Amino acid sequence: MSSPASTPSRRRGGKRGRSSNPATRESQDARSPPSQRRRPDDSASPGDLQPLPTSPPADARSPGAADALFSSPPQFRHSGTRSPFGAALSRRGSATGPSPHPAEDLVASEQSLGQKLVIWGTDVNVTACKEKFQRFLQRFIDPLAKEDEDIGLDLNEPRYMQRLEEINMVGEPFLNVNCDHLRAFDENLYRQLICYPQEVIPTFDMAANEIFFDRYPDSILEHQIQVRPYNALKTRNMRSLNPEDIDQLITISGMVIRSSQLIPEMQEAFFKCQVCAFTTRVEIDRGRIAEPSVCKHCNTTHSMALIHNRSMFSDKQMIKLQESPEDMPAGQTPHTVALFAHNDLVDKVQPGDRVNVTGIYRAVPIRVNPRVSVVKSVYKTHIDVIHYRKTDAKRLHGVDEETEQKMFTEERVEILKELSKKADIYERLSSALAPSIYEHEDIKKGILLQLFGGSRKDFTNTGRGNFRAEINILLCGDPGTSKSQLLQYVYNLVPRGQYTSGKGSSAVGLTAYVMKDPETRQLVLQTGALVLSDNGICCIDEFDKMNESTRSVLHEVMEQQTLSIAKAGIICQLNARTSILAAANPIESQWNPKKTTIENIQLPHTLLSRFDLIFLMLDPRDEAYDRRLARHLVSLYYQSEERMEEEYMDMAVLRDYIAYARCYVNPRLSEEASQALIEAYVDMRKIGSGRGMVSAYPRQLESLIRLAEAHAKVRFSEKVETIDVEEAKRLHREALKQSATDPRTGIVDISILTTGMSATARKRKEELAQALRKLIQSKGKTPALKYQQLFEDLRAQSDMAVTKEMFEEALRALADDDFLTVTGKTVRLL
Amino acid sequence: MPCVADWLNNPFSIVQGIFAQNLPNSDWEKKVTDYFKEKLKENNATNWVPSLNDVPVHYLKPNSLVKFRCMVQDMFDPEFYMGVYETVDPNTNARVLHFGKYRDVAECGPQQEIDLNSSQTVTLERQTFYCVPVPGESAWVKEAYISASQARVSPSTSYTPSRHKRSYEEDEDMELHPSKQKEQHIGSGGDIHGCGEPKRLETEASAGHHLISPNCSPPLDLNFPLPGEKGPACLVKVYESWDSYKVNDVLEVYGILSVDPVLSIVNNEERDNSTLDPMECMDTAEEQRVHSPPASLVPRIHVILAQKLQHINPLLPACLNEEESKTFVSNFMSELSPVRAELLGFLTHAFLGDSLAAEYLILHLISTVYARRDVLPLGKFTVNLSGCPRNSIFTEHIYRIIQQLVPASYRLQMTIENMNHSRFIPHKDYTANRLVSGVLQLASNTSLVVDETQLEQGQLDTTGVHNVKALGNLITWQKVDYDFSYHQMEFPCNINVLITSEGRSLLPVWRGHLEFGESLGLVAT
Repeated sequence: MSSPASTPSRRRGGKRGRSSNPATRESQDARSPPSQRRRPDDSASPGDLQPLPTSPPADARSPGAADALFSSPPQFRHSGTRSPFGAALSRRGSATGPSPHPAEDLVASEQSLGQKLVIWGTDVNVTACKEKFQRFLQRFIDPLAKEDEDIGLDLNEPRYMQRLEEINMVGEPFLNVNCDHLRAFDENLYRQLICYPQEVIPTFDMAANEIFFDRYPDSILEHQIQVRPYNALKTRNMRSLNPEDIDQLITISGMVIRSSQLIPEMQEAFFKCQVCAFTTRVEIDRGRIAEPSVCKHCNTTHSMALIHNRSMFSDKQMIKLQESPEDMPAGQTPHTVALFAHNDLVDKVQPGDRVNVTGIYRAVPIRVNPRVSVVKSVYKTHIDVIHYRKTDAKRLHGVDEETEQKMFTEERVEILKELSKKADIYERLSSALAPSIYEHEDIKKGILLQLFGGSRKDFTNTGRGNFRAEINILLCGDPGTSKSQLLQYVYNLVPRGQYTSGKGSSAVGLTAYVMKDPETRQLVLQTGALVLSDNGICCIDEFDKMNESTRSVLHEVMEQQTLSIAKAGIICQLNARTSILAAANPIESQWNPKKTTIENIQLPHTLLSRFDLIFLMLDPRDEAYDRRLARHLVSLYYQSEERMEEEYMDMAVLRDYIAYARCYVNPRLSEEASQALIEAYVDMRKIGSGRGMVSAYPRQLESLIRLAEAHAKVRFSEKVETIDVEEAKRLHREALKQSATDPRTGIVDISILTTGMSATARKRKEELAQALRKLIQSKGKTPALKYQQLFEDLRAQSDMAVTKEMFEEALRALADDDFLTVTGKTVRLL
Repeated sequence: MPCVADWLNNPFSIVQGIFAQNLPNSDWEKKVTDYFKEKLKENNATNWVPSLNDVPVHYLKPNSLVKFRCMVQDMFDPEFYMGVYETVDPNTNARVLHFGKYRDVAECGPQQEIDLNSSQTVTLERQTFYCVPVPGESAWVKEAYISASQARVSPSTSYTPSRHKRSYEEDEDMELHPSKQKEQHIGSGGDIHGCGEPKRLETEASAGHHLISPNCSPPLDLNFPLPGEKGPACLVKVYESWDSYKVNDVLEVYGILSVDPVLSIVNNEERDNSTLDPMECMDTAEEQRVHSPPASLVPRIHVILAQKLQHINPLLPACLNEEESKTFVSNFMSELSPVRAELLGFLTHAFLGDSLAAEYLILHLISTVYARRDVLPLGKFTVNLSGCPRNSIFTEHIYRIIQQLVPASYRLQMTIENMNHSRFIPHKDYTANRLVSGVLQLASNTSLVVDETQLEQGQLDTTGVHNVKALGNLITWQKVDYDFSYHQMEFPCNINVLITSEGRSLLPVWRGHLEFGESLGLVAT
């Protein structure tokens, strides 16, 4: 008996096995004789192969055609017969073709397993496999389960039995099985699943259904339960797919770039004789429908016509998946792979989604022409999707954590921990940050703390809302002081950074905009830079050149860390937990030391006060400094790569260090630290109060806390201690000293930042108004005064220069006191 | 030389021979590469191989050995192919093993059928690169390669290699006195743009043929980065270490030319049948067009040997680190300073007497990004020549001079029209699944001359703004952010940008802003 003949018989047997469980045994029996008979044939003579070429031409084509059929999905037919899996039992390809090898395998396994039989070409024994899987379902308790992944599951009960119960209640007949669990439970079963998914998955289905209907015999489901394994360890990266993965279960991640329209695929054709109206149904066989050439009823040839609307179809969709940008090596273009989704999985993903796909990898030879035997020596590859998992789906804490766990190997964590123990780790890290930029140590330290961020605190339950943990920094200063370079460096360092230029961005570009999707014609929300950098850093260059309306959206983001949108019928609030690193140039393109920060950069103080640290990057115009700077720059060019590596920490290490700290270290304030913070705040208030000025606001206290937390994170410490507070204080003071010094008095005055005017300036304004009032009163009872006249009088009287603006301001102040009104060129007393 | 003809004209016979000899084990592949490596090492053997760059495709024999000097424009997905397959004769039942490497179509005799179920079948992987000739390659480079070539390609009777050949003496002369050579050209070349073309009518034919294809609806876009480029684009199939090649790398590949018409039939058939067979239509028609264009327009090369080129200058040895090239360098070292002086003198002349500008230009031309610190490219030297007169041919002259000095260059006319309508940044076309090229997709060390004097008053639209931004990024960071629609990918590059402008350039030139020309009545800063 030659193999081609035996294949269909096996298929039928397989099918029966699928539809009714008791038949399994029988079908196996039915299968066994041919395979047993094969053995003597094989060993006897190579002539056993002779029937193969003489078999009908369809046979030569069969692998291709069969493949086409195989590529139909493992499960899910509306009809519920799940016939394709039967076909699965005859496997194609080098390992499994009708060659002697499988038979030998079979023989070997037969001998070793005694009576047990395995599916041809594999080492899968259906009964054993089924039993094992049932045991898995009934017994498996995930020892590593975290609460966030399964809400409402009792972790001490068998996990998948609870899932089955869920199916019974909800009525969605899909059972998702994490391959990791399976691997922990039974390594061998896992291996079989990976290597022979075509055969093993239907067996799993069978097993799951048996258990389910045993437990819930009255349950009515749309169709039988389908097992969907996911998270196979094999091949996570598209680039590492190679010919060995063909026909195996793989999980890869990527981004959907295109999805086709729904393709109806014929499952069963309905033919009607034109002559005698005799009807017949033809099932799809290896991807093709054989049109009956003769009517069985009236024997007329070529009278059968296809009736479309009585044929049976199933849904199918082609999807293109592209490598996600993180997986791509630099300088190469991304790879793509085609996916076929069937029935329920159709339209589950949209272009732009990041997904983890579990499926079976297929390769189909390309036929130049169906009627010619010439074959292109290339295979077309695709993946039959079994399971999708969106990676950006917002689970409680995001799947990110899971992937990040994988990111750090044990050794890496060791290295990082080792590093964190070093006494000078803070200095080390800050010098590793943008080593090409000279000095500005404090600024680098500030940015470093920004990269680490404070601890995230959630007090929403107690009604106090979210506290901001992100640190915002503004760099302002002369052009050409490497502000942009710092920004660029940070943007390149953090995984979720966005870089925008204030000049080129609009409010919608920063927040979100609504547009019509060209394909679906629906309104969709496109997110902007701020939302995209959620949990990251948004670098905004040319901050001062941003227009007013654009800047106004930053108010909400920088304090509440959310973004409210109400446009085109879409009202929502998006998370924008982003740190902002902004750079601004002074308004006169060079810093005017005679003016305050506000006057120099012309930013609204409401916005400025939201920055935790404001640094000035000034050109000191000092020869010694220039010399050192020049030496540093020149050394960049002549130092050899190796020496540089010795000197500085690797960017990758830095990145891992930060990622690790952000993930795992969540420091809390210690008792001493909170005392120190209170002291610091009171001190800051005290400094100013003596002179009637305010040098700190509660916002500054919050900044201090954040900075202290970030500093504790740098040390991988779970506790914020006094040294952290000290450093936070120092840094804060440094930044203040630079940005909030009143140029007229040389005293640090925080109200410059919070109200836009220093206390001295406010006092002077007050004085001027009083002087004006006196002047007017001294003029006696005149109901009206000439504006110009009054101005000149005041100027003559005053011992300091009075500008027109100052004069007007004083007038306005008096008008507010209901002392006078200004109408055109005259001033009237009230 | 029958031997030469053999491995040149029928490399398959050699591969078949090696394959048959080493059948049981799989190291025949290595032996094939070794064999060809040896062959090409022999004296000047590389010159015997016809180059796709200068010989039109239809003059080349299919399945012969060819070479191609090209830039990787795009990388397609890896392909799985039958590395070894078996054919069966249905009548005699004889089984024969074949190799599928270096082939597009699994070959089998008229009486044979491929046994797809054979246990002998080996599936292997290869990578396809879409390659285009080096963008902006100067005419003199092409000329020099052509004159060095000794390939005898005259299968067609009408074809006589009537190209202008320079004698060896002249070649040497040129090597020693590059500036002199240049001067000659400038003196003689009224129209240097078309310099190479009159002598090479036959390439005209090959380049022009994609414009007129009677039954093909729109002409195939060969996706050249620069507008007006000519030459064949090629699908290069790489079998080894394709991970080491990057987009925009310049390669020289030696491989087997495949122009099997069957490949084109595939397309037509599939396009017609696409409605019939849903399994086959997983790619859109658009994608089909791009990924398997007619072989007559976009030939395939199955690479046997490939090497990354450090430069495309024909006057220098290909690899500068080897022993022989060191002697080459030391030979002309002594003459360098007079040559430099001569070049300086000439450039001063060209800059109407401004020797400082000339000096700057020399420094600009030899600058290259040699390292990157963090994000900072080291070694870039962008020069802005301001004070160039408007609407004069001055900038064009400057460009022509540069064209004569560097192997690859492009003049970007910064008109409003150009900025708003041309593609600067390459972007991914997801329907066709390819990277649509843009002007800024250039090979390393290409000179980009931005002519800002052409800029007139007008409004830049969105594309225009993006283009200006991309240019700015290129100048500051030496990188181009390719647009992948859902995200951007950063591609570092190494392009020398020279800006000629009337006033100060609107592009961010931090180093080397040069207001030039005492002679033009301006001051150098």
